[in-house]
Parts: sequence; structure tokens; C-alpha cells
Amino acid sequence: MATTTDNAPAPPVTGKRPGSTGRAGDKVFLGLSRGSGILLLVIMASIAVFLTYRASLALSRNEGNFLTTFDWNPAGDPPVFGIAVLLFGTVVSSIIAMVIAVPVAVGIALFISHYAPRRLAAPLAYVVDLLAAVPSIIYGIWGALFLVPYLEGLNLWLDDFLGWTYVFEKTQVGVARSLFTVGVLLAIMILPVVTSVSREVFRQVPRMNEEAALALGATRWEVIRLSVLPFGRSGVISASMLGLGRALGETMAVATVLSPSFVISLHLLNPGGGTFAQNIAAKFDEANELGRDALIASGLVLFVLTLLVNGAARLIIARRKEYSGANA
Amino acid sequence: MAKRIDVSGLSAYYGSHKAIDDISMTVEPRSVTAFIGPSGCGKSTFLRTLNRMHEVTPGGRVEGKVMLDDENLYGSSVDPVAVRRTVGMVFQRPNPFPTMSIFDNVAAGLRLNGSYRKNQLAEIVERSLRGANLWNEVKDRLNKPGSGLSGGQQQRLCIARAIAVEPDVLLMDEPCSALDPISTLAIEDLISELKERFTIVIVTHNMQQAARVSDRTAFFNLAAVGQPGKLIEIDETERIFANPSVQATEDYISGRFG
Repeated sequence: MATTTDNAPAPPVTGKRPGSTGRAGDKVFLGLSRGSGILLLVIMASIAVFLTYRASLALSRNEGNFLTTFDWNPAGDPPVFGIAVLLFGTVVSSIIAMVIAVPVAVGIALFISHYAPRRLAAPLAYVVDLLAAVPSIIYGIWGALFLVPYLEGLNLWLDDFLGWTYVFEKTQVGVARSLFTVGVLLAIMILPVVTSVSREVFRQVPRMNEEAALALGATRWEVIRLSVLPFGRSGVISASMLGLGRALGETMAVATVLSPSFVISLHLLNPGGGTFAQNIAAKFDEANELGRDALIASGLVLFVLTLLVNGAARLIIARRKEYSGANA
Repeated sequence: MAKRIDVSGLSAYYGSHKAIDDISMTVEPRSVTAFIGPSGCGKSTFLRTLNRMHEVTPGGRVEGKVMLDDENLYGSSVDPVAVRRTVGMVFQRPNPFPTMSIFDNVAAGLRLNGSYRKNQLAEIVERSLRGANLWNEVKDRLNKPGSGLSGGQQQRLCIARAIAVEPDVLLMDEPCSALDPISTLAIEDLISELKERFTIVIVTHNMQQAARVSDRTAFFNLAAVGQPGKLIEIDETERIFANPSVQATEDYISGRFG
């Protein structure tokens, strides 16, 4: 306000940022958005505090090593429980799921967004979105009743041809209630989410980026490689993280398919193993006070694992931010 | 290098809508031809038929013949991808590949066309950037992203990318409409230099620009909204601006409509 005259009272100085008019709508909206932001942090913090507190109760009475014990017996005397098997099972089944699902999802997403004729693309996209909404227990039942018997053949095939890799060597006969089967089922479950988000990202590639490649004489695949994939990269990473989050925390489907046991085996086709979520679901009902706290301690590890994975994804996205195309 | 374009009886459609009707013209090699006309008259559409970019738009379809020297671009055995490798294009808004460095942007077309040795690639990139009058501004930051440059620099980067593959023809679709006057001047100077080596066709809304840079000017018009655009006349730029043979051209140039 450079034009205030001497005799006129100076306009009241307010601490408001420029652009804030002080109208009711602005105030309400500011309050709402600030409130929800704070609420989110409070919820996160209270989850962390609750988990840490209950976990510490259990850990102080654990007679085994929480990280390396291959057993889960908090009701025993002395109480012994460890997460090694659960951590292994969770990570391995999620990795299998990601390795299978992400390339296929990117392929489907590219097909819908760039290859399929429009008449086919719209219903396909709709079906994919619909699949994403199917509850996980349905996948679980379908997995146990349909996938497990049918994967028997695939398991034998892998054993025959890739058995020498140790990982795909099947040393126990029996049904395919293995970590590998769980991984395949998880892959099918996260496929629609990853596909759906990736497709949305690929659709948003600016027309002019694609035309830049076309005008240089790029074929359809080269357009995708030069313009679509680089633009969609961070979006695909986010989509994969959404899928990974679902895979890490998946409970019912895993519990229905896996035959749990507290062993770690790199023979992924053998039945056995366990995951955090499956273990909590299976044991929570009949657990005593200490048992519940022990399960909560394992839940805390899953919580931290998810945070680490998301942090890593953010790092990957941020590393090439100046190339992100956001300023193009 | 620098071929003659000979268009005869060319019409272009978007679905059932006819966008341009029965256009015939000749574009001389090593010259600048400007397309002017009111919005919607089909000059950009026509430009995009010259490197088969029109048919990329859903529903886009072309009838007629475009001869590049003695090859028909719409011949049945012609691959549109191959056409675009010999007819380069610069767009209205600068569109460098945002995820690529300056160097990779210029090298992108070369890498599509074949394999080059590293020093060979570096040589062509430098030559192209010099050709686009950009080398001195970017030679110390070739590995930085192209999207970090100013708008005018980005547009010259796109020109460098287009000329790196040594096309026969360079099409420019309002290349300066998103730029400030200084950058515009830089591009116009560049066009005068490039016409020694390439056949250049430029669409522009700026009649002074057409008068400054082009040797020949084509005036397009449409009878009414929804009607297909037509070529009204094409002639030496000086004649078009001083003494056009059609009344509508004079009306447009003197600002009576459009």
C-alpha cells in the first residue's frame, strides 16, 4: 500500500497471506483441508504409538529372539515367538507377485491405451476396473478351489525344467499350497489395480509428446518407448506400490490357500511358510493376552516394512525429478 | 536432400467431415513457402498431410496425391513411418522429450534410424545444434534435461532434433506462436539459413512473418464454418502482399477479416 495518505488511517495490517480474502468459504475450506491433514498425521502417529506400546509388552516377555526364532508359541512356557518365517514369506510372496504382475499390467495398460481399437478398449478398461473391486475372499476361495489344483501341473513343469535352480525344486510331494502359489494368486489380485492406475497414467501422456516421436518417424512401439513409458514411469511406480501394499497386507486369500508352517525354505514350490497378515488372522482369535501383543508386534514390523517400501519408491521417483516432464 | 513437393487433388477428412478440399500446389526445393489464412481454414491439416501425420488423428483420412520428387507419399507400398523420417516437422508448442537430456533429444531421431558410433553421434549432434543456432548456449550442459531450457531455446532444440536426421523437407506448424519476439526473431533468422539446405513449409498466423521469411505464400480460406478449407491462391510472396489476384486474399491481408 504505497498510496496511503498522511491523514487517512493506515489500513489494518493483517497476518493473512495475499490471496486470502477472509470470506467464509475460504475459511471453511482452509479449516477442512488443514483439519484433515492434521487428522491424518494424528491417526498415523496413534497407530504407531499403539503398536509400539503393545509390541513392547510382548517383546519384554519373549524368551526367544524376535527376529530369528522359527517358531510362534507365545502361549508356551517359556513364551517363544519370532518373525523370521513371516518376514520371509511376506517378502517372497510379494516379490513373486510383483515380478509376475507388473510387466503384465503394464502390457495390458499399454494395450488398452495405445493398441486396442476404441470399441474394444472401453469395455476392457471397464472389466479391469471391475476386477479391482472384487473382494479378496472371493479371490481366496477361487484360488483354493481352482488355482491350487491347476497350478499342480505348472509346479511339476517348473520342477522338471527349472529344478536345477534350487528355488524351483520341489522336494515334497503334495498339493501346491506353497509360497509360489500364493505369489501367483497375489499377482492376479493386484493385476487390476496396477493395470487400472497405469492405464490412467498412459492416457495422460500429452498428445504433443507422442507427436514429437511420431514426426521423427517412430513406429508405435518406438513412440511408446520414447514418450509414453518415460512419462508414465513415476505413475507406474506408484501403481506398483499400490499393488505391493495390497500384496503385503493381503490376509484372506493367503490364509485360504497357504498351508502354514513355521519353516523357511527356498524351495518355493514346497507347501509351508507364512505371512504377517495370514499369521495374525489365523492366530488372533485363540490367542491369550500375550499372544495378541505378540501378533501386534508382528503387525508393527509389517507397518514399518510398508513405510520402508513406500519411502524407497518416493526416492526412486524423486531421483529423476528434473526429468519428470512436469515442467514441459 | 531438399526435394520438390507436388500436390494434386488432395482432400483430407476427419471422419465424415471434409477439412480441406481438392488442393493442388507445387513447393520448390530450397525455398520457404508460407501458408496463411483464417483459423479453421485447414492450413495445419494440409501441412500434416505432407508427412502423413494427419492420419494419426482418429478418423483422419486423405484422398489425392503428394509427390516428393517422383515418389507418391500415399502410394500403396509406402510406409508412413518411413515418410516421416524424410519429412521432418516442428510443432506449434516446443515439445522436446521431457525425460531426455539435450544431447539425447537431438540424437533421438538418429537412434531410431540406425546405429551410430559414439563420436559420430556426438559430431552430428553438434552440427545439428550449430545448425539450429543453439550450440553456444547449450554446449556446456548437453546432459541437462531439454525441458529446462527457455521456450525459444526448446523450439530451436526441436528444430535441431528435426534436422539431425537430414530430412528432405522441414514442415513448421506455427513454430513461433508460443514464443516472445526475440525468440521469434532468432527462429526466423534460422529459417533463412535452413532454406539453403531444406525445402521448408511454414504455417503462420502472423502475416508480417510470412512476408519476412517466405519466398512464396499460399492463402487458404473457407466459405463458412463447417465448410472445407480451400487453397485460394499461391504466388510469390511479394505479389501476394502487394498485388494479389483474388479479392479475398487482399481483404484478408489488409485485415478486413480473419
